[in-house]
Amino acid sequence: MSALAETAQKGEVVLAARNVAKSYGNVHALKGVNFDIHRGQVTTLFGENGAGKSTLMKILSGVVQPTSGEIVLDGEAIAFASSSQARDRGISIIHQELSLAPNMNVRDNIFMGREIMTATGVDFAEEERQTRLLMEELEEDIDPLTPVEDLRLGQQQIVEIARALSVNSRILIMDEPTSALSASEVDVLFKVIRDLTNRGVSIVYISHHLEEALQITNHAVVLRDGTMTAYAERKDIDLEWIVRHMVGENFDLGSPPSGYDKGDVALSIEGLTVPDPGGADYSVVDGLSLSVRAGEIVCIYGLMGAGRTELLETVAGRLKPSSGSVKLKGRDVTGQSIAGCIRDGLVLVPEDRQRDGLVQTMTVGRNLSLASLGAFTRGLFTSAARELDLVGDAIRKVHIKTDGGDAAIGSLSGGNQQKVVIGKMLATNPEVILLDEPSRGIDIGAKAEVFKLLAERAKQGLAVVYTTSEVGECISIAHRIIVMRRGRISAEFGPDVTKEQIMAASGEAVHAH
Amino acid sequence: MSVTPAIDTKAAANGSKRKKSLVELLFEGRAFFALIAIVVVFSLMSPNYFTVSNFLIMASHVAIFGLLAIGMLLVILNGGIDLSVGSTLGLAGVVAGFLMQGVVLPQLGVILYPSVWVVVILTCLLGAVVGAVNGVLIAYLRVPAFVATLGVLYVARGIALLMTNGLTYNNLGGRPELGNTGFDWLGFNRLGGVPIGVIVLLAFAVVCHILLTRTAFGRWLYASGGNERAAELSGVPVRRVKIAVYVLSGICAAVAGLVLSSQLTSAGPTAGTTYELTAIAAVVIGGAALTGGRGTVIGTMLGAFVIGFLSDGLVIIGVSAYWQTVFTGAVIVTAVLLNSIKYARR
Repeated sequence: MSALAETAQKGEVVLAARNVAKSYGNVHALKGVNFDIHRGQVTTLFGENGAGKSTLMKILSGVVQPTSGEIVLDGEAIAFASSSQARDRGISIIHQELSLAPNMNVRDNIFMGREIMTATGVDFAEEERQTRLLMEELEEDIDPLTPVEDLRLGQQQIVEIARALSVNSRILIMDEPTSALSASEVDVLFKVIRDLTNRGVSIVYISHHLEEALQITNHAVVLRDGTMTAYAERKDIDLEWIVRHMVGENFDLGSPPSGYDKGDVALSIEGLTVPDPGGADYSVVDGLSLSVRAGEIVCIYGLMGAGRTELLETVAGRLKPSSGSVKLKGRDVTGQSIAGCIRDGLVLVPEDRQRDGLVQTMTVGRNLSLASLGAFTRGLFTSAARELDLVGDAIRKVHIKTDGGDAAIGSLSGGNQQKVVIGKMLATNPEVILLDEPSRGIDIGAKAEVFKLLAERAKQGLAVVYTTSEVGECISIAHRIIVMRRGRISAEFGPDVTKEQIMAASGEAVHAH
Repeated sequence: MSVTPAIDTKAAANGSKRKKSLVELLFEGRAFFALIAIVVVFSLMSPNYFTVSNFLIMASHVAIFGLLAIGMLLVILNGGIDLSVGSTLGLAGVVAGFLMQGVVLPQLGVILYPSVWVVVILTCLLGAVVGAVNGVLIAYLRVPAFVATLGVLYVARGIALLMTNGLTYNNLGGRPELGNTGFDWLGFNRLGGVPIGVIVLLAFAVVCHILLTRTAFGRWLYASGGNERAAELSGVPVRRVKIAVYVLSGICAAVAGLVLSSQLTSAGPTAGTTYELTAIAAVVIGGAALTGGRGTVIGTMLGAFVIGFLSDGLVIIGVSAYWQTVFTGAVIVTAVLLNSIKYARR
């Protein structure tokens, strides 16, 4: 590797994407992106969720193939058929979700799939020696025989990096490497990154912690909605520049609906505390109070781990609070079952629609009617005619583009699938709707439609609470913007707030740790 | 002429004029065409196969597996598995036999001879209790279905052996002076020429079909089998649904046990050994997905008849029992292979 660094000039382009586009059916994830990776330097990709960062990284690392365009490695156009081919050419990716086997030790994880073989079997001694060398190189005191599950998350990240280095990677792609790390672990990681770049390894870095990324990067590339909107060197840019290009200046997700009187308090949360569902001894929601009136739209902004999801899941009856209360129109519904909450008019649209929102084996119509079976059941039996009415009604009201209620869920685009999940909950005629990241993974047009729909329903008296991790979505239809940080409300704003104010309150624009 | 009603409504609702290609049609109705093929082939090979009396005999064999398969279908739709049904069948038969022999109450110095209807109801209750044990273990104590029902398989079989000391209850006909005759009605009598066991099977199939297609419970079951988390967040009582399917499966097994011991007029503790595997096979041949959420009663019934008609046909043309096992296995693997092709295409 040091030989590489000597012969090649630092800063030259080693890997480049040329006009790369990727479509999944009708969804255009990438629309012709140009992108350079410089030798021995860090290039950071900025962009909101769904901007196409992950797709681009998957293309560069051979996990998926582009629909058009080409990848140029050392000046030569190449096509990777698989990620192992890319790895053979020195390109490795560390995914946000670590791909280690927790039950196996560090040595076996590092050599997984390419064990050093001798005539009599695996040469564990040699593997262990090489692992020790790697750990010394990374200045981490991790024993090669420690099971990975016994390591802290930051150390696991180091193991992933060691694995990438052990195949002589010269280009290392890191997808949100710091999202689960503590402040000291981030410092260690950054030191490792600097060492690597000094040795000629090129780093591609993706992070939502903008300020943090600015500390380490040499180049910044901003993606928005599948296109590259800006490129600059570190010395020419600041935080404001990134936010401006990430969010876009002209895009309008609507404004808070007005011209009607808000009703009484529909949802009132008092001192809600929720212990960590994983069993750690801290509270993911910490004595939080919030009240929402009928017809009001409240946006909750916060970074990953701020406790937004846990807050909504507790209010909707999925998690049990350790203290505090939830009142719906003055009636105590704390700790009630999910079914009870739905019956009373308090519904949740979950964050992960594939995992929590949709039943893939059922049709669009049956998904839409799932939460309101009682509305078309008479005595013992369901009424096919009434169900058809309900489904048709939902498809019209939520504007789902589908061949009809009998279409398979998988035939719908991401945005329309999301509308099915929202439509399912709206079909129960709720008083309060909670939406956890309703815009996640859907394109910008669908986002606008979802927000418009929520604004319309708010005008009819629905109380709406939605969370987002995209600042641009806060300043849209919300009457109030709540910023959550470590389980508490750290700030509350009106609709005339700026993006910088919101980010500062969330802990994003200052150093995150 | 596709086989399942789900496909009919789908085609109708799409309103598309285009006809399904022959290959697609054969594929969708594969269990149905397999059954036709089996009947045609064996009818050509043996003159005794294609007769009403033979069909009725074969159908009464199918009744046992069919009842188990209906219960198994409910469990598999939920994404689970019930390995205990064969043992539950055996235990139910033994308990029925025990009750028919008379219950001695030493404190009172009397022997109670419960009437047949009481025996039937108590046996069904027993099946429900065994199912409830499975359900609670799986839904509340989070034991994997495979392990929980495997354990119950052993326990139920062991209890049946303990109760009989390994022996068989014979002469379940009852005696007129004791007022407990009629146990053989289930196994031997016929209504309009059709064996009662077959009628019981059809009744269960119809009720179960309506349960799945026309009730909220059916929708809950398909939803929680397809995606339990999504179902729960939509207000489906997923745990109660889970317990209910195991209870229903236990009841189906108990009824199958009653029909079998009535057909044999005896109840042995080893009856029904490995029947759970035949039931699973019928469900799978009927097109249900072992991952849950997909499957129909009609498919499962076709699956049960495919297995029953195939093995009886092989007996009639004189193929050895060992070859029957090989054929049955080949049919099961082929069915699963076709299922995986079908579900992969989506």
